[in-house]
Amino acid sequence: MKHYSAFAVAREALRYHTGWERAWRSPEPKKRYDVIIVGAGGHGLATAYYLGKNYGIQNVAVIEKGWLGGGNTGRNTTIIRSNYLQDPSAAIYEKARGLYEDLSQELNYNIMFSPRGVMMLAQTQHEIRGYQRTAHANALQGVKTEWITPERVKELVPIINLDGPRYPVLGALWQERGGTARHDAVAWGYARACSAMGMDIIQQCEVTGVRQENGRVVGVDTTKGVIDCDKLGIVVAGHSGQLAEMAGFRLPLEAIALQALVSEPIKPCMDVVVMANTVHGYMSQSDKGEMVIGGGTDGFNNFTQRGSFHHIEETVRALVETFPMISRLKMLRQWGGIVDMTGDRSPILSKTPLQGCFINGGWGTGGFKAIPGSGWGMAQLMATGHSPLTEAFSLDRFKEGRFIDESVAAGVAH
Amino acid sequence: MLILHCPCCGVDAEETELAAGGEAHLKRFGPGSSDDDFHDYLFMRENPKGVHFERWRHANGCGKWFHAARCTQTLEVFGTYSAQTTEPPQEIKDAITAKRPGWTWREFS
Repeated sequence: MKHYSAFAVAREALRYHTGWERAWRSPEPKKRYDVIIVGAGGHGLATAYYLGKNYGIQNVAVIEKGWLGGGNTGRNTTIIRSNYLQDPSAAIYEKARGLYEDLSQELNYNIMFSPRGVMMLAQTQHEIRGYQRTAHANALQGVKTEWITPERVKELVPIINLDGPRYPVLGALWQERGGTARHDAVAWGYARACSAMGMDIIQQCEVTGVRQENGRVVGVDTTKGVIDCDKLGIVVAGHSGQLAEMAGFRLPLEAIALQALVSEPIKPCMDVVVMANTVHGYMSQSDKGEMVIGGGTDGFNNFTQRGSFHHIEETVRALVETFPMISRLKMLRQWGGIVDMTGDRSPILSKTPLQGCFINGGWGTGGFKAIPGSGWGMAQLMATGHSPLTEAFSLDRFKEGRFIDESVAAGVAH
Repeated sequence: MLILHCPCCGVDAEETELAAGGEAHLKRFGPGSSDDDFHDYLFMRENPKGVHFERWRHANGCGKWFHAARCTQTLEVFGTYSAQTTEPPQEIKDAITAKRPGWTWREFS
């Protein structure tokens, strides 16, 4: 792997950029790997990366049905925060946020992490109490957040309308070190680093079956033939249930569509991320100047990667009240992603009934921000069989009643 | 936009009139059942990529519950039917078979 640097840019400028190499190799699969990760999204690639970096396991393949980072990694609204109420969530999301801070240097790939601050508006009395509680919980967890007044909100976001008739702004939970990152670059950066360690990223290769002997995973059937492995990690977001079925167990998940949309580019007008959970809307301004808006989920099972129009209408209607200046903005693109939701709206990072097979899924609407922490914990779980980061997110928590109930704590938007 | 025919009041209702109620035909397990059965009843859903049976309520209409057979992959609706049943009526099954040959009804958890 050639090192990216200012010097490299200058060197290539002098020779008409003929010296750049491909960021990652596209090899044919080998017969056997120590570890196979299914799903080359952010979580899958991060898992592979930390397996190699932290545990020296480098005989790894990452298998992807479509193209690298083409699922929810490329469909989210790129928000990074860790102001969660429950301890296990705060731990894994804060780990991820911390890793994001110097990920560009670590991967030698600019992921454009921008810790511009994340603000979660309280627009009802219930939310005021909820976010003050979260701020206190965060203080105990060592996550730096604070409760701020409407006046401070206005200072940070001059374009906001504090006294909307339906959704007044009564205060906010403010995480100064939250922000955004370039979502594709996160996947690309991890992929480049994995490839440099000698790992194989195999795209356009669909897993069609999981091979097992005596209750232990021994390999996978794919559209490029049988590939053997010692350990298997299923990290496929929306299709977790389908993969689990191939492996012979079931997951407490349902797949639904979550939508986002983006406006035409405008001059810089808002330099923080604002989330309004009461109205299922959140907005930030990208470096290109587009307003990136995330909406709500459909209420029904859906595998189509497109959602219902009226959710967008509701989101935009509410945001227009809170940000009157966006009312004449034209929207350029709208898209949907398939998210897998658990009953308690927290992810599953766990061993499975099939020995040697591990699952990382159920991130629901909040997976992007967790990518480095999820990969770190998942790698530890796969390499050593135990991880303090993922312990609470095991599959048996539902049977044992140990819910990590973020559906109540965080409202709907992640 | 999703449009479902409400079998209770006969209206073709748009999605904004309807409230989704999750998977239909769940087998209910209560006190005295095994932990596994209770766990499956509470948390495990079929979540198929394809034919799905679900409960809907005509919330901003007649207010009544009914069932719908729908494809989660194409958003195609095969039909709606009364909620007072433990499995889909034959004509719904036939309608699905016509469009998804080889499809079979299976007992849901």
